[in-house]
Amino acid sequence: MPNVSLEDLTGWLIVLEGTDGAGRTTHIDRLRLELERAGYAVAETGLTRSDLASRGIRQAKRGNTLGTHAFNLFYATDFADRLEHQILPALRAGFVMLTDRYIYSLIARAIVRGADPAWVRQVYGFAPRPDAVFYLRIEIPDLVPRILTGGGFDYWESGMDVRMGTDLYDSFVRYQGALIQQFDRLAREDDFDVIDATRSVDEIHGYLWDKVSALLDRSPRPAYAPDGAGSDGGPPRS
Amino acid sequence: MSATEIPSTPTPASAPGAGVPAVTAPVGAPATDGAIPAPRPAQYGDRRIEYPGRLFIVEGIDGSGKSTQLSLLAQWLRSEGYPVVYSEWNSSPIVRATTKWGKKSKLLTPLTFSLIHATDFSDRVEREIVPSLKAGGIVLADRYVYTAFARDVVRGVNRRWVRELYQFAPVPTQAFYFRVPLYIALRRILSGRSKLKYYEAGMDLGLHTDPPESYKLFQSRLLAEYETIVEEHKLTVMDATLSVEGQQRRLRDAIKASVPRVRRGRLHA
Repeated sequence: MPNVSLEDLTGWLIVLEGTDGAGRTTHIDRLRLELERAGYAVAETGLTRSDLASRGIRQAKRGNTLGTHAFNLFYATDFADRLEHQILPALRAGFVMLTDRYIYSLIARAIVRGADPAWVRQVYGFAPRPDAVFYLRIEIPDLVPRILTGGGFDYWESGMDVRMGTDLYDSFVRYQGALIQQFDRLAREDDFDVIDATRSVDEIHGYLWDKVSALLDRSPRPAYAPDGAGSDGGPPRS
Repeated sequence: MSATEIPSTPTPASAPGAGVPAVTAPVGAPATDGAIPAPRPAQYGDRRIEYPGRLFIVEGIDGSGKSTQLSLLAQWLRSEGYPVVYSEWNSSPIVRATTKWGKKSKLLTPLTFSLIHATDFSDRVEREIVPSLKAGGIVLADRYVYTAFARDVVRGVNRRWVRELYQFAPVPTQAFYFRVPLYIALRRILSGRSKLKYYEAGMDLGLHTDPPESYKLFQSRLLAEYETIVEEHKLTVMDATLSVEGQQRRLRDAIKASVPRVRRGRLHA
Protein backbone atom coordinates (compact mmCIF):
# COMPACT_ATOMS: atom_id res chain seq x y z
CA MET A 1 0.00 0.00 0.00
CA PRO A 2 1.57 3.26 -1.03
CA ASN A 3 1.94 5.86 1.61
CA VAL A 4 3.46 8.40 -0.66
CA SER A 5 4.13 12.00 -0.40
CA LEU A 6 4.89 13.77 -3.64
CA GLU A 7 8.17 14.94 -2.15
CA ASP A 8 9.77 11.65 -3.13
CA LEU A 9 8.69 12.02 -6.73
CA THR A 10 10.09 14.14 -9.47
CA GLY A 11 6.96 14.69 -11.54
CA TRP A 12 3.95 16.92 -11.06
CA LEU A 13 0.41 15.81 -10.38
CA ILE A 14 -2.11 18.20 -11.89
CA VAL A 15 -5.81 17.55 -11.59
CA LEU A 16 -8.80 18.91 -13.47
CA GLU A 17 -12.13 18.40 -11.80
CA GLY A 18 -15.58 19.36 -12.93
CA THR A 19 -18.78 17.79 -14.15
CA ASP A 20 -19.27 16.46 -17.69
CA GLY A 21 -19.67 19.42 -20.00
CA ALA A 22 -17.47 21.73 -17.93
CA GLY A 23 -14.66 21.48 -20.47
CA ARG A 24 -12.13 19.21 -18.77
CA THR A 25 -11.17 17.28 -21.90
CA THR A 26 -10.72 20.41 -24.00
CA HIS A 27 -8.41 21.95 -21.44
CA ILE A 28 -6.41 18.81 -20.80
CA ASP A 29 -5.80 18.48 -24.54
CA ARG A 30 -4.64 22.08 -24.80
CA LEU A 31 -2.49 21.89 -21.70
CA ARG A 32 -0.86 18.77 -23.03
CA LEU A 33 0.04 20.43 -26.34
CA GLU A 34 1.45 23.47 -24.61
CA LEU A 35 3.43 21.44 -22.09
CA GLU A 36 4.94 19.22 -24.77
CA ARG A 37 5.82 22.28 -26.80
CA ALA A 38 7.69 23.55 -23.73
CA GLY A 39 9.56 20.25 -23.51
CA TYR A 40 7.76 18.51 -20.67
CA ALA A 41 6.86 14.85 -20.83
CA VAL A 42 3.14 14.50 -20.26
CA ALA A 43 1.01 11.54 -19.23
CA GLU A 44 -2.74 11.38 -18.79
CA THR A 45 -5.18 9.37 -16.80
CA GLY A 46 -8.86 9.58 -16.01
CA LEU A 47 -11.61 7.73 -14.23
CA THR A 48 -12.15 4.06 -15.05
CA ARG A 49 -9.08 3.74 -17.23
CA SER A 50 -7.36 1.05 -15.18
CA ASP A 51 -6.18 -2.28 -16.55
CA LEU A 52 -7.62 -3.98 -13.52
CA ALA A 53 -11.15 -2.70 -13.12
CA SER A 54 -12.25 -0.74 -16.19
CA ARG A 55 -13.87 -3.72 -17.91
CA GLY A 56 -15.60 -4.86 -14.76
CA ILE A 57 -16.99 -1.40 -14.11
CA ARG A 58 -18.25 -1.10 -17.68
CA GLN A 59 -19.93 -4.46 -17.40
CA ALA A 60 -21.47 -3.60 -14.04
CA LYS A 61 -22.80 -0.33 -15.46
CA ARG A 62 -24.39 -2.03 -18.43
CA GLY A 63 -26.54 -4.21 -16.27
CA ASN A 64 -26.76 -1.83 -13.30
CA THR A 65 -26.40 -4.96 -11.24
CA LEU A 66 -23.98 -3.78 -8.61
CA GLY A 67 -24.98 -2.24 -5.29
CA THR A 68 -24.29 1.45 -4.72
CA HIS A 69 -21.77 0.75 -2.02
CA ALA A 70 -19.99 -1.82 -4.13
CA PHE A 71 -19.83 0.67 -7.00
CA ASN A 72 -18.06 3.15 -4.73
CA LEU A 73 -15.50 0.53 -3.82
CA PHE A 74 -15.13 -0.63 -7.41
CA TYR A 75 -14.22 2.93 -8.37
CA ALA A 76 -11.76 3.04 -5.48
CA THR A 77 -10.18 -0.16 -6.79
CA ASP A 78 -9.91 1.36 -10.26
CA PHE A 79 -8.34 4.48 -8.81
CA ALA A 80 -5.86 2.55 -6.67
CA ASP A 81 -4.78 0.51 -9.68
CA ARG A 82 -4.22 3.65 -11.74
CA LEU A 83 -2.40 5.31 -8.87
CA GLU A 84 0.03 2.42 -8.53
CA HIS A 85 0.40 1.50 -12.19
CA GLN A 86 0.02 4.82 -13.98
CA ILE A 87 0.26 7.88 -11.76
CA LEU A 88 3.13 6.99 -9.44
CA PRO A 89 5.37 5.52 -12.17
CA ALA A 90 4.86 8.64 -14.29
CA LEU A 91 5.64 10.90 -11.34
CA ARG A 92 8.75 8.89 -10.52
CA ALA A 93 9.90 9.35 -14.11
CA GLY A 94 9.44 13.11 -13.93
CA PHE A 95 6.30 13.41 -16.04
CA VAL A 96 3.61 15.98 -15.75
CA MET A 97 0.59 13.84 -14.93
CA LEU A 98 -2.60 15.45 -16.20
CA THR A 99 -5.43 13.80 -14.36
CA ASP A 100 -8.95 14.03 -15.70
CA ARG A 101 -10.81 13.87 -12.37
CA TYR A 102 -9.12 12.54 -9.26
CA ILE A 103 -10.49 11.24 -5.98
CA TYR A 104 -12.72 14.29 -5.56
CA SER A 105 -15.29 13.29 -8.17
CA LEU A 106 -15.38 9.84 -6.63
CA ILE A 107 -15.77 11.23 -3.12
CA ALA A 108 -18.54 13.62 -4.20
CA ARG A 109 -20.45 10.91 -6.06
CA ALA A 110 -20.21 8.49 -3.16
CA ILE A 111 -21.45 11.07 -0.65
CA VAL A 112 -24.35 12.06 -2.91
CA ARG A 113 -25.23 8.34 -3.02
CA GLY A 114 -25.39 8.21 0.74
CA ALA A 115 -21.92 7.14 1.85
CA ASP A 116 -20.53 8.36 5.18
CA PRO A 117 -18.25 11.33 4.28
CA ALA A 118 -15.63 10.42 6.89
CA TRP A 119 -15.56 6.87 5.57
CA VAL A 120 -15.10 7.85 1.92
CA ARG A 121 -12.35 10.27 2.85
CA GLN A 122 -10.59 7.54 4.77
CA VAL A 123 -10.94 4.97 2.00
CA TYR A 124 -9.05 7.38 -0.26
CA GLY A 125 -6.60 8.25 2.53
CA PHE A 126 -3.81 6.61 0.52
CA ALA A 127 -4.04 9.11 -2.35
CA PRO A 128 -1.28 11.70 -2.50
CA ARG A 129 -2.28 15.32 -2.49
CA PRO A 130 -1.93 16.80 -5.98
CA ASP A 131 0.33 19.75 -6.80
CA ALA A 132 -2.71 21.58 -8.11
CA VAL A 133 -6.43 20.94 -8.43
CA PHE A 134 -8.33 23.09 -10.91
CA TYR A 135 -12.07 22.91 -10.55
CA LEU A 136 -14.06 23.97 -13.58
CA ARG A 137 -17.21 25.12 -11.87
CA ILE A 138 -20.44 25.47 -13.78
CA GLU A 139 -23.99 26.06 -12.55
CA ILE A 140 -26.84 23.95 -13.82
CA PRO A 141 -28.54 26.62 -16.00
CA ASP A 142 -25.25 27.05 -17.90
CA LEU A 143 -24.61 23.34 -18.00
CA VAL A 144 -27.95 22.17 -19.38
CA PRO A 145 -27.58 23.74 -22.88
CA ARG A 146 -24.13 22.18 -23.19
CA ILE A 147 -25.53 18.75 -22.30
CA LEU A 148 -28.39 19.13 -24.78
CA THR A 149 -26.05 19.98 -27.65
CA GLY A 150 -23.50 17.41 -26.55
CA GLY A 151 -25.63 14.33 -26.96
CA GLY A 152 -28.24 14.62 -24.23
CA PHE A 153 -28.52 13.44 -20.66
CA ASP A 154 -26.46 10.45 -19.67
CA TYR A 155 -28.05 7.89 -17.35
CA TRP A 156 -25.17 7.92 -14.84
CA GLU A 157 -24.40 11.63 -15.04
CA SER A 158 -28.06 12.18 -14.22
CA GLY A 159 -27.82 9.97 -11.15
CA MET A 160 -30.57 7.73 -12.50
CA ASP A 161 -29.10 4.75 -10.63
CA VAL A 162 -30.34 6.44 -7.46
CA ARG A 163 -33.42 7.93 -9.13
CA MET A 164 -33.27 11.49 -7.93
CA GLY A 165 -36.21 12.51 -10.11
CA THR A 166 -38.99 11.03 -12.17
CA ASP A 167 -37.18 11.51 -15.47
CA LEU A 168 -33.66 12.14 -16.74
CA TYR A 169 -33.95 15.92 -16.60
CA ASP A 170 -35.37 16.15 -13.08
CA SER A 171 -32.87 13.62 -11.81
CA PHE A 172 -30.03 15.42 -13.59
CA VAL A 173 -30.88 18.75 -11.99
CA ARG A 174 -31.06 17.33 -8.48
CA TYR A 175 -28.08 15.05 -8.86
CA GLN A 176 -25.77 17.65 -10.37
CA GLY A 177 -26.97 20.20 -7.82
CA ALA A 178 -26.03 17.85 -5.01
CA LEU A 179 -22.65 17.18 -6.64
CA ILE A 180 -21.91 20.90 -6.95
CA GLN A 181 -22.63 21.27 -3.24
CA GLN A 182 -20.15 18.53 -2.43
CA PHE A 183 -17.57 20.00 -4.77
CA ASP A 184 -17.89 23.42 -3.18
CA ARG A 185 -17.22 21.87 0.20
CA LEU A 186 -14.26 19.88 -1.10
CA ALA A 187 -12.93 23.00 -2.82
CA ARG A 188 -12.79 24.80 0.52
CA GLU A 189 -11.36 21.84 2.43
CA ASP A 190 -8.71 20.95 -0.13
CA ASP A 191 -7.97 24.38 -1.48
CA PHE A 192 -8.98 23.93 -5.14
CA ASP A 193 -8.32 26.61 -7.69
CA VAL A 194 -11.93 27.33 -8.68
CA ILE A 195 -12.44 28.46 -12.27
CA ASP A 196 -15.62 29.85 -13.73
CA ALA A 197 -16.24 27.36 -16.55
CA THR A 198 -18.53 29.74 -18.43
CA ARG A 199 -15.60 31.92 -19.45
CA SER A 200 -14.23 31.43 -22.97
CA VAL A 201 -11.97 28.48 -23.75
CA ASP A 202 -9.06 30.81 -24.51
CA GLU A 203 -9.49 32.75 -21.31
CA ILE A 204 -9.57 29.60 -19.21
CA HIS A 205 -6.65 28.10 -21.06
CA GLY A 206 -4.63 31.28 -20.55
CA TYR A 207 -5.34 31.15 -16.83
CA LEU A 208 -4.51 27.43 -16.56
CA TRP A 209 -1.29 27.83 -18.49
CA ASP A 210 -0.16 30.75 -16.32
CA LYS A 211 -0.80 28.73 -13.19
CA VAL A 212 0.74 25.50 -14.46
CA SER A 213 3.85 27.10 -15.89
CA ALA A 214 4.33 29.08 -12.68
CA LEU A 215 4.08 25.82 -10.73
CA LEU A 216 6.63 24.09 -12.93
CA ASP A 217 9.02 27.08 -12.75
CA ARG A 218 8.64 27.34 -9.00
CA SER A 219 9.48 23.74 -8.32
CA PRO A 220 12.00 22.43 -10.84
CA ARG A 221 12.68 18.75 -10.31
CA PRO A 222 16.13 17.21 -10.39
CA ALA A 223 16.42 14.74 -13.26
CA TYR A 224 17.86 11.81 -11.31
CA ALA A 225 19.75 12.42 -8.11
CA PRO A 226 19.61 15.84 -6.50
CA ASP A 227 22.34 17.88 -8.15
CA GLY A 228 21.71 21.32 -6.88
CA ALA A 229 18.53 21.92 -8.82
CA GLY A 230 16.81 22.71 -5.57
CA SER A 231 18.50 24.39 -2.61
CA ASP A 232 18.05 21.36 -0.36
CA GLY A 233 18.24 18.82 -3.14
CA GLY A 234 14.51 18.40 -3.41
CA PRO A 235 11.59 20.29 -4.76
CA PRO A 236 10.18 22.85 -2.38
CA ARG A 237 6.94 21.71 -0.87
CA SER A 238 4.48 23.26 1.43
CA MET B 1 -1.80 -12.58 22.20
CA SER B 2 -1.17 -8.91 22.31
CA ALA B 3 -4.14 -7.54 24.13
CA THR B 4 -2.15 -4.37 24.63
CA GLU B 5 -1.75 -3.85 20.94
CA ILE B 6 -5.35 -4.01 19.91
CA PRO B 7 -8.23 -2.93 22.09
CA SER B 8 -10.54 -5.83 22.76
CA THR B 9 -13.60 -3.63 22.60
CA PRO B 10 -14.54 -1.52 19.60
CA THR B 11 -13.25 1.99 19.91
CA PRO B 12 -15.87 4.69 19.51
CA ALA B 13 -15.36 6.89 16.48
CA SER B 14 -15.35 9.88 18.80
CA ALA B 15 -11.95 8.94 20.19
CA PRO B 16 -9.59 9.59 17.30
CA GLY B 17 -6.40 7.64 17.43
CA ALA B 18 -7.38 5.71 20.51
CA GLY B 19 -7.72 2.47 18.60
CA VAL B 20 -4.63 2.82 16.44
CA PRO B 21 -2.38 -0.09 17.22
CA ALA B 22 1.29 0.62 17.65
CA VAL B 23 2.39 -1.02 14.45
CA THR B 24 6.05 -0.73 13.71
CA ALA B 25 5.70 -0.16 9.99
CA PRO B 26 2.67 2.01 9.30
CA VAL B 27 2.37 0.95 5.69
CA GLY B 28 -0.70 2.49 4.22
CA ALA B 29 -1.21 4.83 7.10
CA PRO B 30 -3.32 7.61 5.69
CA ALA B 31 -1.56 10.71 4.51
CA THR B 32 -3.45 12.71 7.10
CA ASP B 33 -1.66 10.93 9.94
CA GLY B 34 0.83 13.13 11.63
CA ALA B 35 -1.00 16.23 10.50
CA ILE B 36 -4.20 17.58 12.01
CA PRO B 37 -6.20 14.60 13.23
CA ALA B 38 -9.13 14.34 10.86
CA PRO B 39 -12.42 12.99 12.21
CA ARG B 40 -11.94 9.23 12.07
CA PRO B 41 -14.71 7.20 10.50
CA ALA B 42 -16.40 4.41 12.39
CA GLN B 43 -14.69 1.04 12.34
CA TYR B 44 -16.20 -2.36 11.78
CA GLY B 45 -18.29 -3.23 14.83
CA ASP B 46 -18.88 0.33 16.01
CA ARG B 47 -22.38 0.40 14.64
CA ARG B 48 -24.66 -2.49 15.33
CA ILE B 49 -28.00 -2.83 13.65
CA GLU B 50 -30.43 -5.48 14.86
CA TYR B 51 -32.04 -7.55 12.15
CA PRO B 52 -34.70 -10.24 12.53
CA GLY B 53 -32.41 -12.84 10.94
CA ARG B 54 -29.27 -14.53 12.25
CA LEU B 55 -25.78 -14.43 10.82
CA PHE B 56 -23.28 -17.19 11.53
CA ILE B 57 -19.84 -17.15 9.99
CA VAL B 58 -16.83 -19.43 9.94
CA GLU B 59 -13.21 -18.35 9.74
CA GLY B 60 -9.86 -20.02 9.64
CA ILE B 61 -6.93 -20.71 7.35
CA ASP B 62 -7.18 -23.04 4.35
CA GLY B 63 -7.40 -26.62 5.52
CA SER B 64 -8.99 -25.81 8.85
CA GLY B 65 -12.13 -27.68 7.84
CA LYS B 66 -14.43 -24.69 8.29
CA SER B 67 -16.24 -25.09 4.95
CA THR B 68 -17.05 -28.72 5.66
CA GLN B 69 -18.48 -27.73 9.01
CA LEU B 70 -20.52 -24.89 7.57
CA SER B 71 -22.09 -27.01 4.84
CA LEU B 72 -23.01 -29.67 7.41
CA LEU B 73 -24.57 -26.95 9.52
CA ALA B 74 -26.51 -25.66 6.52
CA GLN B 75 -27.91 -29.11 5.77
CA TRP B 76 -29.00 -29.56 9.35
CA LEU B 77 -30.65 -26.14 9.60
CA ARG B 78 -32.48 -26.70 6.32
CA SER B 79 -33.72 -30.07 7.47
CA GLU B 80 -35.03 -28.39 10.60
CA GLY B 81 -37.03 -26.06 8.39
CA TYR B 82 -34.98 -22.89 8.62
CA PRO B 83 -34.66 -20.53 5.65
CA VAL B 84 -30.90 -20.77 5.11
CA VAL B 85 -28.89 -18.47 2.86
CA TYR B 86 -25.33 -19.44 2.07
CA SER B 87 -22.79 -16.75 1.22
CA GLU B 88 -19.27 -17.43 0.10
CA TRP B 89 -16.21 -15.22 0.09
CA ASN B 90 -15.35 -13.79 -3.30
CA SER B 91 -18.57 -14.74 -5.03
CA SER B 92 -20.18 -11.55 -6.33
CA PRO B 93 -20.78 -12.43 -9.98
CA ILE B 94 -19.77 -9.05 -11.40
CA VAL B 95 -16.74 -8.34 -9.24
CA ARG B 96 -15.43 -11.86 -9.37
CA ALA B 97 -14.37 -11.53 -13.00
CA THR B 98 -12.19 -8.55 -12.13
CA THR B 99 -10.64 -10.33 -9.15
CA LYS B 100 -9.89 -13.33 -11.35
CA TRP B 101 -8.33 -11.15 -14.02
CA GLY B 102 -6.27 -9.26 -11.42
CA LYS B 103 -4.96 -12.51 -10.00
CA LYS B 104 -4.29 -14.13 -13.34
CA SER B 105 -2.36 -11.14 -14.65
CA LYS B 106 -0.68 -10.54 -11.26
CA LEU B 107 -1.89 -6.96 -11.37
CA LEU B 108 -3.03 -6.93 -7.76
CA THR B 109 -1.03 -5.05 -5.16
CA PRO B 110 -1.80 -5.22 -1.42
CA LEU B 111 -3.94 -2.11 -1.85
CA THR B 112 -5.96 -3.26 -4.86
CA PHE B 113 -6.17 -6.79 -3.45
CA SER B 114 -7.78 -5.29 -0.38
CA LEU B 115 -10.12 -2.98 -2.30
CA ILE B 116 -11.34 -5.53 -4.83
CA HIS B 117 -12.23 -7.97 -2.05
CA ALA B 118 -14.02 -5.19 -0.18
CA THR B 119 -15.93 -4.42 -3.38
CA ASP B 120 -16.98 -8.02 -3.75
CA PHE B 121 -17.94 -8.27 -0.10
CA SER B 122 -19.94 -5.04 -0.09
CA ASP B 123 -21.90 -6.20 -3.11
CA ARG B 124 -22.83 -9.37 -1.25
CA VAL B 125 -23.67 -7.42 1.90
CA GLU B 126 -25.98 -5.09 0.02
CA ARG B 127 -27.65 -7.57 -2.26
CA GLU B 128 -27.57 -10.83 -0.33
CA ILE B 129 -26.65 -10.65 3.35
CA VAL B 130 -28.58 -7.60 4.61
CA PRO B 131 -31.80 -8.30 2.65
CA SER B 132 -31.75 -11.90 3.91
CA LEU B 133 -31.22 -10.77 7.49
CA LYS B 134 -34.05 -8.26 7.17
CA ALA B 135 -36.25 -11.04 5.86
CA GLY B 136 -35.47 -13.14 8.92
CA GLY B 137 -33.19 -15.64 7.21
CA ILE B 138 -30.37 -17.63 8.71
CA VAL B 139 -27.31 -16.43 6.80
CA LEU B 140 -24.24 -18.64 6.81
CA ALA B 141 -21.04 -17.08 5.54
CA ASP B 142 -17.91 -19.01 4.66
CA ARG B 143 -15.26 -16.40 5.57
CA TYR B 144 -16.16 -12.88 6.58
CA VAL B 145 -14.43 -9.54 7.19
CA TYR B 146 -11.87 -11.29 9.39
CA THR B 147 -10.39 -12.97 6.33
CA ALA B 148 -9.68 -9.52 4.92
CA PHE B 149 -8.37 -8.27 8.26
CA ALA B 150 -5.91 -11.16 8.38
CA ARG B 151 -4.82 -11.27 4.74
CA ASP B 152 -4.61 -7.54 4.15
CA VAL B 153 -2.65 -6.83 7.31
CA VAL B 154 -0.23 -9.67 6.56
CA ARG B 155 0.23 -8.03 3.16
CA GLY B 156 1.16 -4.77 4.86
CA VAL B 157 -2.11 -2.85 4.83
CA ASN B 158 -2.79 -0.63 7.83
CA ARG B 159 -4.86 -2.40 10.52
CA ARG B 160 -7.08 0.53 11.28
CA TRP B 161 -7.65 1.44 7.64
CA VAL B 162 -9.00 -2.00 6.78
CA ARG B 163 -11.29 -1.96 9.84
CA GLU B 164 -12.68 1.36 8.71
CA LEU B 165 -13.02 0.07 5.16
CA TYR B 166 -15.40 -2.65 6.40
CA GLN B 167 -17.46 -0.44 8.70
CA PHE B 168 -20.61 -1.28 6.73
CA ALA B 169 -20.53 -5.01 7.51
CA PRO B 170 -23.15 -6.35 9.93
CA VAL B 171 -21.66 -7.99 13.03
CA PRO B 172 -22.45 -11.72 13.07
CA THR B 173 -24.70 -13.29 15.68
CA GLN B 174 -21.78 -15.61 16.31
CA ALA B 175 -18.43 -16.02 14.55
CA PHE B 176 -16.53 -19.31 14.75
CA TYR B 177 -12.80 -19.52 14.32
CA PHE B 178 -11.50 -22.97 13.43
CA ARG B 179 -8.15 -23.13 15.14
CA VAL B 180 -5.77 -25.67 13.66
CA PRO B 181 -2.02 -26.22 14.00
CA LEU B 182 -0.19 -25.21 10.87
CA TYR B 183 1.20 -28.67 10.10
CA ILE B 184 -2.26 -30.25 10.04
CA ALA B 185 -3.68 -27.60 7.71
CA LEU B 186 -0.66 -27.87 5.45
CA ARG B 187 -0.97 -31.64 5.28
CA ARG B 188 -4.63 -31.32 4.30
CA ILE B 189 -3.94 -28.73 1.62
CA LEU B 190 -0.57 -29.65 0.17
CA SER B 191 -1.26 -33.37 -0.20
CA GLY B 192 -4.48 -32.96 -2.11
CA ARG B 193 -3.35 -30.86 -5.01
CA SER B 194 -0.57 -30.22 -7.39
CA LYS B 195 -0.23 -26.51 -7.82
CA LEU B 196 -0.71 -23.51 -5.56
CA LYS B 197 -1.84 -20.29 -7.15
CA TYR B 198 0.28 -17.16 -6.98
CA TYR B 199 -1.74 -15.10 -4.50
CA GLU B 200 -2.96 -18.16 -2.64
CA ALA B 201 0.64 -19.02 -1.87
CA GLY B 202 1.32 -15.41 -0.90
CA MET B 203 3.97 -15.20 -3.63
CA ASP B 204 3.29 -11.48 -3.94
CA LEU B 205 4.83 -11.00 -0.50
CA GLY B 206 8.20 -12.19 -1.75
CA LEU B 207 8.72 -14.47 1.25
CA HIS B 208 10.11 -17.36 -0.74
CA THR B 209 10.59 -18.29 -4.39
CA ASP B 210 9.25 -21.80 -3.89
CA PRO B 211 5.42 -21.76 -3.83
CA PRO B 212 4.94 -24.43 -1.12
CA GLU B 213 7.55 -22.78 1.08
CA SER B 214 6.00 -19.36 0.49
CA TYR B 215 2.59 -20.82 1.26
CA LYS B 216 3.82 -22.16 4.60
CA LEU B 217 5.31 -18.83 5.63
CA PHE B 218 2.21 -16.97 4.48
CA GLN B 219 -0.14 -19.30 6.37
CA SER B 220 1.90 -19.06 9.56
CA ARG B 221 1.64 -15.26 9.42
CA LEU B 222 -2.08 -15.53 8.83
CA LEU B 223 -2.41 -17.81 11.86
CA ALA B 224 -0.66 -15.24 14.03
CA GLU B 225 -2.85 -12.44 12.73
CA TYR B 226 -6.00 -14.52 13.28
CA GLU B 227 -5.04 -14.94 16.93
CA THR B 228 -5.10 -11.18 17.48
CA ILE B 229 -8.43 -11.00 15.64
CA VAL B 230 -9.93 -13.73 17.83
CA GLU B 231 -9.16 -11.60 20.88
CA GLU B 232 -10.21 -8.32 19.33
CA HIS B 233 -13.55 -9.49 17.95
CA LYS B 234 -14.38 -12.23 20.43
CA LEU B 235 -14.61 -15.05 17.94
CA THR B 236 -15.71 -18.42 19.27
CA VAL B 237 -12.75 -20.76 18.97
CA MET B 238 -13.42 -24.25 17.66
CA ASP B 239 -10.90 -27.05 18.02
CA ALA B 240 -10.40 -28.02 14.39
CA THR B 241 -8.32 -31.08 15.30
CA LEU B 242 -11.40 -32.93 16.58
CA SER B 243 -13.34 -35.37 14.42
CA VAL B 244 -15.66 -33.87 11.84
CA GLU B 245 -18.77 -35.13 13.65
CA GLY B 246 -17.40 -34.01 17.02
CA GLN B 247 -16.91 -30.50 15.73
CA GLN B 248 -20.34 -30.49 14.13
CA ARG B 249 -21.99 -31.49 17.41
CA ARG B 250 -20.28 -28.59 19.16
CA LEU B 251 -21.17 -26.17 16.41
CA ARG B 252 -24.86 -27.13 16.54
CA ASP B 253 -24.89 -26.89 20.32
CA ALA B 254 -23.30 -23.46 20.12
CA ILE B 255 -25.88 -21.96 17.79
CA LYS B 256 -28.98 -23.64 19.26
CA ALA B 257 -29.34 -20.95 21.88
CA SER B 258 -29.39 -18.15 19.34
CA VAL B 259 -31.64 -19.53 16.63
CA PRO B 260 -35.35 -18.93 17.06
CA ARG B 261 -37.67 -21.89 17.22
CA VAL B 262 -39.21 -22.74 13.90
CA ARG B 263 -42.76 -23.82 13.28
CA ARG B 264 -44.12 -24.63 9.82
CA GLY B 265 -41.34 -22.70 8.13
CA ARG B 266 -42.03 -19.55 10.10
CA LEU B 267 -39.69 -18.23 12.71
CA HIS B 268 -40.73 -17.41 16.23
CA ALA B 269 -38.32 -15.25 18.11
